[in-house]
Amino acid sequence: MRPFAYVSAPDVATAVRAIGTEPGAKFIGGGTNLVDLMREGVERPGTVIDITALPLTGVEELPGGGVRIGALVRNAHLAAHRLIRNRYPLLSQAILTGASAQLRNMATAGGNLLQRTRCPYFYDGAAACNKREPGSGCDAMDGFNRNHGVLGVSDSCIATHPSDMCVALAALDAIVEVESVRGVRRVPMAEFHRLPGDTPHLETTLAADELVTAVELPALPVAATSRYRKVRDRASYAFALVSVAAALEVDDGTVTAVRLALGGVAAKPWRAYEAERILLGAPATEESFRRAAAAELAPATGRPQNAFKIELARRTLVETLRQLLTEGSAA
Amino acid sequence: MVEIRMRVNGVSESLDVPPWVSLLDVLREHLGLTGTKRGCDQGACGACTVLVDGERINACLALAVQYTGRDITTIEGVAGGGDPHPLQTAFIRDDGFQCGYCTSGQICSAIGMLAEHGAGSASAVTEHVAATGIALSGAEIRERMSGNLCRCGAYNGIVRAIQDVAESPR
Ligand SMILES: Cc1cc2nc3c(=O)[nH]c(=O)nc-3n(C[C@H](O)[C@H](O)[C@H](O)COP(=O)(O)OP(=O)(O)OC[C@H]3O[C@@H](n4cnc5c(N)ncnc54)[C@H](O)[C@@H]3O)c2cc1C
Ligand code: SF4
Ligand code: FES
Ligand code: FES
Repeated sequence: MRPFAYVSAPDVATAVRAIGTEPGAKFIGGGTNLVDLMREGVERPGTVIDITALPLTGVEELPGGGVRIGALVRNAHLAAHRLIRNRYPLLSQAILTGASAQLRNMATAGGNLLQRTRCPYFYDGAAACNKREPGSGCDAMDGFNRNHGVLGVSDSCIATHPSDMCVALAALDAIVEVESVRGVRRVPMAEFHRLPGDTPHLETTLAADELVTAVELPALPVAATSRYRKVRDRASYAFALVSVAAALEVDDGTVTAVRLALGGVAAKPWRAYEAERILLGAPATEESFRRAAAAELAPATGRPQNAFKIELARRTLVETLRQLLTEGSAA
Repeated sequence: MVEIRMRVNGVSESLDVPPWVSLLDVLREHLGLTGTKRGCDQGACGACTVLVDGERINACLALAVQYTGRDITTIEGVAGGGDPHPLQTAFIRDDGFQCGYCTSGQICSAIGMLAEHGAGSASAVTEHVAATGIALSGAEIRERMSGNLCRCGAYNGIVRAIQDVAESPR
């Protein structure tokens, strides 16, 4: 690993001052993504700022029923928290399907949001990759792209955002709170990650000197009836081919509230707004679910190795809604 | 160089290391505790699993400096007072290994897993994540232990050994 200087920040003010003054500095949370990428030479920070001593480890109920999650809350602790298990079961499930128990004990909420793609060419310094080295090309286009995206992709990059947690956060309309020396901003989850366009190296709307301090979940009654379903090449400890975060409320056979997001298909957790629009007010039937899934996936484009994801996403969407309807919540 | 102090298997250690050294390298190279194994060095196999304040982590992705002040337990420290840990005995009895390379990670991981289960945590195969008193079925053990790969495929013995210990009165 390339040598770096190490600083541990005792408080948020010190952390954001340090990142502003050390060029090429990076925060480190659990290190499960950053250490790996530093070893591969993909990340080369001159200074690593340890933020694990920051007092951002709480999961607190907000007045009005929402929940505030500190950026340093470990993934395992978040999934196991009573408030999350009872009120946002899709979030507990999403986290529990990700990585392994050891990694979830290390990984932080902030680090999970900012984890980078698992595209093998992004990791391989000898390959062409517009994300790692802008303008160098994209070896995934005609290479091994079974795990790559089918929605919101561009001619520059077809990588996916690998997080499971973020798919649930997108469905919940979570707010990411960020802080820098300039002050505090609140970024809706839908605006946090970016699609690649011509600039796949820009993955989020976070500035290089901004620290994620918290994630807030709004009070959302429909979330109590929710599920996360992940399809992958092996039963556990693998990234999603496709995943679905879904919440559904049905009254007298009609959909009265619905939240849907897809994982494994795009450079950001994909909120399925079109499917939600079609379902709201529609009869809660498999026919409606199919219509909504077809409309959401209509703009999808696949490569020879990953085109199967389009049909897989449709079916997983329908199946998750059907399961919510017949078996109820994962809570 | 940064100074790190930690308790490892009950012994206070203090050493100066560069900040890029992993906890796995501190244990193996600096402290001579080679029971913890390196499989992949990228979080993908679990051979390097150790306990930090009782929680299981992958030592290969852990910068040692981030664990200063913590209490680390490796396979060398799981047995109490000369007797093997019940999981060690069960792994031998139930054929929980062949070559043994993954075993120290499996046992440390299982200790952490049983503590998580005891604290009421759910898993990805738990039908209702909000449930309490989740039974530790074979499927639950397999899911909760999925972070530990075994190239010899000793999984049936591993699951049996863990189930035996989970079901035996303590
Ligand atoms: C083998 C393996 C399998 C995995 N499988 C899955 C999976 O199936 N599903 C899944 O979702 N994930 C999976 N992961 C990824 C894992 O979830 C992430 O590595 C983890 O969430 C990252 O969190 P961290 O705290 O360790 O981040 P770090 O590695 O510490 O940081 C990651 C990035 O975030 C930045 N950062 C961290 N915290 C902050 C903050 N508060 N503010 C601003 N920037 C910050 C860092 O600078 C760095 O760039 C897997 C990882 C491994 C190694
Ligand atoms: S898909 Fe994106 S990350 Fe992968 S090689 Fe192409 S540009 Fe790089
Ligand atoms: S060596 Fe740490 S997980 Fe493989
Ligand atoms: S016993 Fe050989 S790898 Fe598990």
